[in-house]
Formats: sequence, structure tokens, C-alpha cells
Amino acid sequence: MIISDLLQETYSAIFMNKVRSGLTILGIIIGIGSVVAMISIGQGAQGQIQSSIESIGSNLIMVMPGFQAGAGSQVRSSRGSAQTLTREDADAISEQVSFIGAVAPEISSRYQITAKGTNTNTSIIGTVASYSQVRNVEIELGLFISDQHVRNLSKVAVLGPTTRDDLFGENSNPVGQKVRINRIDFTVIGVTKTKGGTGFGSQDDMIFIPLSTAQRFLAGSDHVSTISVQAQDSDYMASVQQQVTSLLLTRHNISDPQMADFSVMNQADIVETASSVTNTFTVLLAAIAGISLVVGGIGIMNMMLTTVTERTREIGLRKAIGAKNKDISFQFLAEAIMLTFIGGVVGVIFGWLISLLISKFGGITTSVSMFSIVLAFGVSAAIGICFGYYPARRAASLKPIEALRYE
Amino acid sequence: MIECRDIDKIYQSGSVETKVLKSVSFKIEEGEFVAIMGPSGSGKSTLMHILGCLDTPTNGNYFLDEQDVSQLSDDELADIRKNKIGFVFQSFNLLPRATVLRNVVLPLVYAGIPREKREEQAKIVLQEAGLEESHYYHLSNQLSGGQMQRVAIARALVNNPSLVLADEPTGNLDTKTGEIVLETFQKLNAEHKRTIVLITHERYVAEHANRIIHIIDGRIVEDGQNKHQRFINGKTT
Repeated sequence: MIISDLLQETYSAIFMNKVRSGLTILGIIIGIGSVVAMISIGQGAQGQIQSSIESIGSNLIMVMPGFQAGAGSQVRSSRGSAQTLTREDADAISEQVSFIGAVAPEISSRYQITAKGTNTNTSIIGTVASYSQVRNVEIELGLFISDQHVRNLSKVAVLGPTTRDDLFGENSNPVGQKVRINRIDFTVIGVTKTKGGTGFGSQDDMIFIPLSTAQRFLAGSDHVSTISVQAQDSDYMASVQQQVTSLLLTRHNISDPQMADFSVMNQADIVETASSVTNTFTVLLAAIAGISLVVGGIGIMNMMLTTVTERTREIGLRKAIGAKNKDISFQFLAEAIMLTFIGGVVGVIFGWLISLLISKFGGITTSVSMFSIVLAFGVSAAIGICFGYYPARRAASLKPIEALRYE
Repeated sequence: MIECRDIDKIYQSGSVETKVLKSVSFKIEEGEFVAIMGPSGSGKSTLMHILGCLDTPTNGNYFLDEQDVSQLSDDELADIRKNKIGFVFQSFNLLPRATVLRNVVLPLVYAGIPREKREEQAKIVLQEAGLEESHYYHLSNQLSGGQMQRVAIARALVNNPSLVLADEPTGNLDTKTGEIVLETFQKLNAEHKRTIVLITHERYVAEHANRIIHIIDGRIVEDGQNKHQRFINGKTT
């Protein structure tokens, strides 16, 4: 029997009983549709979390002070417990570590800030010009801190958009105005663009000032609280992390890596952790949707068994005129696969529409990936084969004489 | 070309054995028109199943075209049916949702004959079976009983079989239509040299054949030329 004949037989068998075939296919459509929609929600959430992590900068490695308190330190509670990282460490990293794009040391702390009768409490980040590159900070108004500001200990400040709104009113232009931090006046030279997202603390509610100014006038020491290192490419992340660790161990005269007074965090690790959470979530959703797919498959089996019984005489005739067992089982298997295939195609479209509606009206980001479509087709074909196999075998094993006599 | 040697068929249900055919032996030559006649329960259907390679004998041998087919597997029997045997059933057994042409080509589909050639062959045998050309594309359930049986006859002929087996072909037809169908068989035998075995319980139907094998209780009680063959216009010789 050639394929085109098999398809013709299958087509006419399915269309002979339109309502029954339609309802059976509906079961598969709902199953496949919900799998596609659920996976798209899961993957959308994953993408959202990932992009929000990446908004703090890409290919980022962060060096932070460790937890051992240095003897006689004057650590303030909000800062790291060790004051072991310095500006010089950052300079050494940028000179000696290969495959890095930029290095940005920073010192941060919270202060009460006042300006013209209003006040707020927010993070003050003392940093250098390369920070804007490393941490993806873009300027909306004015300028970011320059190397010259850092050299000259300039008392200038760049406001985050939320801080600007709090101090000067929404969407105002505060460039040239003064803010008072810790009883020292700073001139506002710029406002950063809003980053949105609430990934790891709001990135919009902060004030940037030159690193040297922060160390001299606010912290009163030359330690830094974080060094952000950007690798040239994601492939170099591990290598850069390795180099930074060994360089700092040498610089701090520590022989045992376990005793390190700093920690090096890789952005990829953070992304991975978040991904594994959303993956679990996606699998859970897909599994729930998968149940409806199995129910749809049982519907197929039920219909096929009914069909085999109804068409017993026809099977007998086909055998009498020379059909082999495998011809008969292929015919019924093809019918089951055709049903699931049609269900699969319509189901993918249906699931895609659902995910569109969810992102439009539900406010949840969704993304229908090639993977979920391939998965849906694979699963629906597999269901067709699994649930069609038994009815097909049953049809094939009918004895021609008995089948011909069947009333 | 057909030879049955000492064929027994025993059905076993539980501990009860039923011997349906008892040492049946006969030969049918190419071009013969034979009726196997017997009352219901005489074993004639079982004999037909064995002749049609739908079943195998318990004992004895059945030779079809010099080949012993009595102990073949299911798939080998399917091949024999596909190439050498054409069936005509009492209840026609046409596919209701398919056209006349589709019904007739069905055996060729399983034989893997290409599409164009199938239709060509189907049209030849439809003509042989005497169905008007205007019906070729009708659905088979829109035809009358007599037309349906002609389609079934065409289907039985399409693979150019060594043997056409007709199981009570007039059983579901009124006398007049039955007559036409029997006439068709006579014509196929006389003009196209087809070998035909007709199974029936009616003497009247059997009398359309050249030779009658009379079977009662699984034994052949009479086997001889039919001296009163009925012909197309109802005359007897």
C-alpha cells in the first residue's frame, strides 16, 4: 500500500464522522494548547527575570568585601563587614587581569539628603566614570561623573530619576541645583535614565558622586565596598573570575582561598539560580497541562476502539481481498496520528493565541518558543502512536472469517 | 488447477470437537463453473473459506495452481488471496462512503499497482461485469442491489484471479436481479473463461453452473456435470 492511498483512506475515514472526529480532536487541541500556553508563560517569566538581572550590567563580576571583620575596624552596619578592598585593588585588576572591558570600584552608603526644603534618605554611590559602562547607566539629562571629577575631588552629584522626583518634583530639570549630603553641598550635574524593574533593589533611587569625594568627605577612608568588573565576553567570565580571585589573594597576602577576605560573584551564577527557579515553575505548569493532553489521548483511543468495532466487516473485507495485518494496523495507526496531528497544529495556534491574550490583558510576559512548538508536536505524535497502537493491533488481529460474519 | 485431498476441518470449542468437513476430495479444472450446494450447516461455508484461503484445513492438502497452500501463515495466505482469488459476498461488502471505482480498485491498492493502471484495469472489469459507465463515480450506497453485486463482481475480477468464489451471491437479491447476477457469472465463464465456484443452498441457483458438488454433513454426496443447466433466458437443456 502506498502512502498516498493510506492518506486517502485516513482522510475519508476521519471525515466520514465529522462530529466524533471533531470532538476527539478538540481534546487534543485543549491539551496541546494549554501545554504551549503554560510553557510560554514560564519562559516569558524566565526571560523577564533574566533581563532584569542583566539590566544591572552584562558579563558582570562583582568583588565584595568578605565577612571577616578586620581588627579595630570602624565598620558601619550598612557597609560590608570588612574594609579590605581599596581603590588600588581596582586599579590592579584593571592593569593585570586580561579579557576585561572595564572596572568600576564603588563605595556606597545611605545618607539623609536635603534640597530646598525637601529631604529623602537614599544610597550614595561614590564611583568613577567607567561605572556607567559597567553597570549600564544611561544619562537622561546633563552628564555622568567624569575622571576629571574624580581627580579633582569635585562636589558634584548625578541623581537617579526617583531621587530627582523626590527632591525636585517629577520630571523637573535639577541640573545646576544644589543638594546637601551629610552637610556638604553638591552640585547636580545630571540625571540618569530610568531602568525600571525592581530586580535587585531599585536602581533608580540613588545618587552618584565621584569616588574620591565619597572616600574623603563621607566615608573618611579609602576602602571601596564593591568592585564591578566587566568581562569582554561571556566566554571569559570564568577566566576573569579566576584571575581576579588569585590577584586579590596575592595582594592581600592570603595563602588559603578559604580565608579570603573578599568574595567574587559571577553574574552568570545569579542568572543560573534564577533560571533554575523559573525552570521548575515552567515544568510544573507544563506537567499540569500535560495531564489534559493525556486525557485527550485517551479520547483518541476511545474513538479508535469504537471505530474498529464499527468497521469490523470492512476490516474483514480488506483482509479477504489481500490486506496484510500490517496494512490494517497502519491504516488505523495513521488515523490516530492524523487526529493528533490536526489537534497538534490547531492546538499550537490556540496556545499561541492564549499566550498573546495573556500578555495583552494579564500583564504577564509570555514567549512562545520554537522549543515548545516542537515539543507539542512531538508529544502529540507520540500520543497518536501510543494511544492508536492498541486499537490498531486489535483491528489487525481480527480473523477475516469472523470479521466478515460480524453483525 | 484446484485440488482438495482428504480435507478435514475440526472446530474445537472447549472439550467439544466438531468435525465440519470429513475427508473432502475433488478437483476443479481451469475454466469450470462449479456450484457447491448444500443445506445450512453442511460445511459448505467452511469449504469456501478453505478454498478462498481465509482458513486452513486441519488435515489434508489443498493445492491451488500446483502450490500446497494448506499450511501457510496469515501473511502468506493474504498474498495468495491478493493475487489469485476474487470474492463475491452475499452482503456485497462494499465500502459505503467510496465511489464505485474506488471499491473496484481496492484489491489493486493492496497489491501496490500504480494509480493510472488501476483505473484502467477497473474500467475493463466493470464493463465485463456489466455496469453502465455512468455509475462509475457514484457512491456505492447509491446503487441498487443488483448494481452493487456487479460492482462486487468487478472487484473480484480486478486482480485477474485464478479463482472467483461467490458465496450466496443472490441471497440478498430478488429473483429477477438474482437471475441477472447469475447470468453475469455464466457470461464471465463462457466468454472470459473465468473459473467460478458458486456456493449456495438453493438447487435452483446451483443449476446455473456446469457442475454441481453436493455436500451434506461435511461429506460430498454427489459430484457431477449438471445435466439441466439453466440458461440466461430461463431455458433448461
